[in-house]
Amino acid sequence: MEHFTPVSSLIGGIIIGLAASLMLFLNGRICGVSGIFGGLLHFKKGETLWRSSFVAGLLCGGVLLLLYHPQSMAINIPYSGPTVMLAGLLVGIGTRMGSGCTSGHGICGVSRLAPRSLIATGVFLASGSIAAIAVNQFMGGQA
Amino acid sequence: MMAHVVTFLSGLLFALGLGISQMTQPQKITDFLNFIDGWDPSLLLVMAGASGVYFITHQLILRRPAPVMGARFQLPTRREIDRPLILGAALFGIGWGMVGFCPGPALASIVTGNESVLIFVLAMGVGMYAFEVLDVRFSMEPDGGAGLLPRHQVGKT
Repeated sequence: MEHFTPVSSLIGGIIIGLAASLMLFLNGRICGVSGIFGGLLHFKKGETLWRSSFVAGLLCGGVLLLLYHPQSMAINIPYSGPTVMLAGLLVGIGTRMGSGCTSGHGICGVSRLAPRSLIATGVFLASGSIAAIAVNQFMGGQA
Repeated sequence: MMAHVVTFLSGLLFALGLGISQMTQPQKITDFLNFIDGWDPSLLLVMAGASGVYFITHQLILRRPAPVMGARFQLPTRREIDRPLILGAALFGIGWGMVGFCPGPALASIVTGNESVLIFVLAMGVGMYAFEVLDVRFSMEPDGGAGLLPRHQVGKT
């Protein structure tokens, strides 16, 4: 158990849960980041403003973190450009094909006990573990 | 108008939660997923905290007839476990496990200007767009995508 941070993880998790609750309470939607962002890539009347506002909020949150909690934004990715690009492509295609990511399926869907989300979350945790282990074992974490 | 802009608050809070739990650090994700080599269970507690809150709040919120700013709740209603769901989740997981980024943390950390983050977000956008384009094309075929794609997406642009 290296670098286990139970307290900050739980507090951060609760805040994420409150953010998702706020989306449902105010706007009546599921707080799924891939769906919200993906829906911005093609213009549809009445669908663009609330989505851009959410993404703008994410970015402003990023700026606040950068200013007041900079250690959380000290990002070190020890992988080559092509690896990062492939990972991004897979995340993009996979989240649209599978209708969700860690937020929409993993948090909102799992708490709603939605069968599709429970299955999807099991699948991406499993394939994610296989990928993380493979990158670490066979490429020494330097893919 | 207000109905749309209030989502800003949700996005802001979401990013702060990601930062406080350090889910913006790809290392925290890969150290969780790579459980055979010095496992870091932090992600499990983030999920537990978030799901625990939402499990309670969504039931209370859905007692209302409508959200504060909208005419009605818009929740997913599909229940079928189909091939796109499984295949999509599997592909997403592979990308997620490879570098430790999923869409939320990646978007929130664009502001660092980190080159890898920018490459990831750009590729993610291309992947999403490419899937939507192909999805529509295949779905328009009479037996589009050999049953791979959901019918409700036919004609979506």
